[in-house]
Amino acid sequence: MFDIVSFIPRAVVQDIPLLFGSTGESLTEKSGNLNLGIPGVMYVGGISGVIGAFLYEQSLTASGAAMKAFPAVAIPLCASLLGSLIMGLIYCFLTVTLRANQNVTGLALTTFGVGIGNFFGGSLIKLSGSDVPSIALSATSAHFHRALPFAAKLGWFGQIFLSYGFLAYVAVIVSLIAAYVLRHTRVGLHLRSVGESPATADSAGISVSRYKYVATCLGCMIAGLGGLYYVMDYASGVWSNNAFGDRGWLAIALVIFTIWRPNVGVGASVLFGGLYILHMYIPSGMNLAVKELYKMLPYVVTIIVLVLTSMRNKRENHPPASLGLPYFREER
Amino acid sequence: MHNKREPLLHISKRGAVKWYSAWLIRLAALVLAMLVCALVTTLTTGLNPLQIYATMWKGSFGSPRKIWVLSHDVAMLLCVSLAVTPAFRMKFWNIGAEGQTLAGCLAAASCMILLRNALPNWAIICCMVVASLLAGALWGLIPAFFKARWNTNETLFTLMMNYIATQLVAFFCVVWESPKGSGQIGIINQQSELGWLPVIGGQRYLLNILVVAFLCVAMYIYLNYSKHGYEISVVGESERTARYVGIKVDRIIIRTMVLSGAICGIAGLLLVGSTDHTLTTTLAGGNGFTAVMVSWLAKFNPIWMILTSFLITFLGRGASEISKAFSLNQSFADILTGIILFFIIGSEFFISYRVHLRGLAGKGAKQDV
Repeated sequence: MFDIVSFIPRAVVQDIPLLFGSTGESLTEKSGNLNLGIPGVMYVGGISGVIGAFLYEQSLTASGAAMKAFPAVAIPLCASLLGSLIMGLIYCFLTVTLRANQNVTGLALTTFGVGIGNFFGGSLIKLSGSDVPSIALSATSAHFHRALPFAAKLGWFGQIFLSYGFLAYVAVIVSLIAAYVLRHTRVGLHLRSVGESPATADSAGISVSRYKYVATCLGCMIAGLGGLYYVMDYASGVWSNNAFGDRGWLAIALVIFTIWRPNVGVGASVLFGGLYILHMYIPSGMNLAVKELYKMLPYVVTIIVLVLTSMRNKRENHPPASLGLPYFREER
Repeated sequence: MHNKREPLLHISKRGAVKWYSAWLIRLAALVLAMLVCALVTTLTTGLNPLQIYATMWKGSFGSPRKIWVLSHDVAMLLCVSLAVTPAFRMKFWNIGAEGQTLAGCLAAASCMILLRNALPNWAIICCMVVASLLAGALWGLIPAFFKARWNTNETLFTLMMNYIATQLVAFFCVVWESPKGSGQIGIINQQSELGWLPVIGGQRYLLNILVVAFLCVAMYIYLNYSKHGYEISVVGESERTARYVGIKVDRIIIRTMVLSGAICGIAGLLLVGSTDHTLTTTLAGGNGFTAVMVSWLAKFNPIWMILTSFLITFLGRGASEISKAFSLNQSFADILTGIILFFIIGSEFFISYRVHLRGLAGKGAKQDV
């Protein structure tokens, strides 16, 4: 029997990193930047948080003080935001200021970011000269993972809606805010116009570079939180190299799937998370190989959506018109 | 009158740049990148940067075997880069070379496994060649068809096709696993060596290198001296112009992507048939993504691509040698490669644009950077 009450929470914890990533990437793409560096950014977001938490825990062990809830959450959070902000600035400087090719820059950023994640994940202990056997930030993770106290008492409702750490709710709120800003505010309108036709936006007095910078850097910071959530909450504070896997690319797929609408992402990411773990739920005894085919599902679904939206040819469902193109004022 | 709000920097597009000054700028970027890498290495690990570069050099050229491996890696990267180039020339952003290569690998491996008891060796090899060409071409054809017909975004489409190919390979790895339960295929036909491509002159890498060298020259001629190559350039410059002069754009897109995919298929064939004799999900080794950078850095010119793919392979191998020698984590190589790529990518700006400094020292203070 398919146990839906246990399936949904497991799908949701899979979906939160994707939701962060796709919200960030939606903002970025709306400004006309196709940031293929998101997988790298999410790695950096994760490892920066780990470094922050690791150093904090080490300093506590050294001084023998007790861990307080606020710095235990705030330090990794700020470290993570800072790390992904730097990644965003690198990308923006290259593509916006230096007008480099976005695909190439994004792929280089992914190489770089995944390298940073795996390098520091593997050598943090050696570099800092401490004597712990592995990075297991369970104390910090406990603070990230703390669910609402009355969640357990509310039966299936509590399990499906209230059993997550606070970052999960942050993800939902951030994506709803992003959707609202994009569709209902002046800033959002300006941002969309930059993505659709930067020349038009420029002549209307909108600073194209500033919008691209802010949207992309914010997008990276949001996406980086996905990495942080993964390490601190889902993986219980244990960093293992390459465990994050291809979730970054899946987040980019989710952007297409939601046709650039972060609010759709809230539901769609649960679906993606479900598809991602569906292979664990197919009846045992079936051929193991079939599981590998199930893992294909999110990508197949994305392609179908991509094709369908292009076939229906509705204006509002299209990618931003200048997606992937650099803007130079004197070149019309 | 001097406007107070005049920006400090003014950017203008350069005309044609002489090739040597363009390469001088790139060289300067590379040197700068090396300096930054040295700084990063010293800061994170406390090692002497000069020692590190010496190790890097030894890692690539230290022994004849290392030189062979290096040349083979360059050849395979070049092969995939050659494959994506025609598509890039018509501004079709094919980042699915990874999947197209895997499709070729899968086709070649399946011929080796399924036909080993049915056909003689030469027939198996023929089937492998045909099958991997077709598989790669098919993987290129699918996104191209939708791009031509409905203008579906090809970057995202080809990206997704990578993972479908990966999962297909994972599926067949379990289906054909040997020994049972390992989830891996192992060396295919290890005893009979059926379907193994011939080894030339006792060097197992030589065949691949020769095939790719031939492809490189052929691609250069195809792109620069054939009607097809001309049509590709026109479509890349302006689709409207192409339509106006009577070029059937849809057909060019599909034809070029089939070619692009087929060459990736060759890369897959060479990997499975000639060197690795096995099938894994990571067989393409990220070359499909690296090829994008190789091709772009060489300005889509097949001959320059030899240089750029050598450069990137050298850096990658050198950096992984560093991590081995100083017992660092393997991923340190990725960080260094990333930094170097950032610098080279950034340097392209100074080749196509000119920066004027002004407003600093009053009128006429114009300085070219």
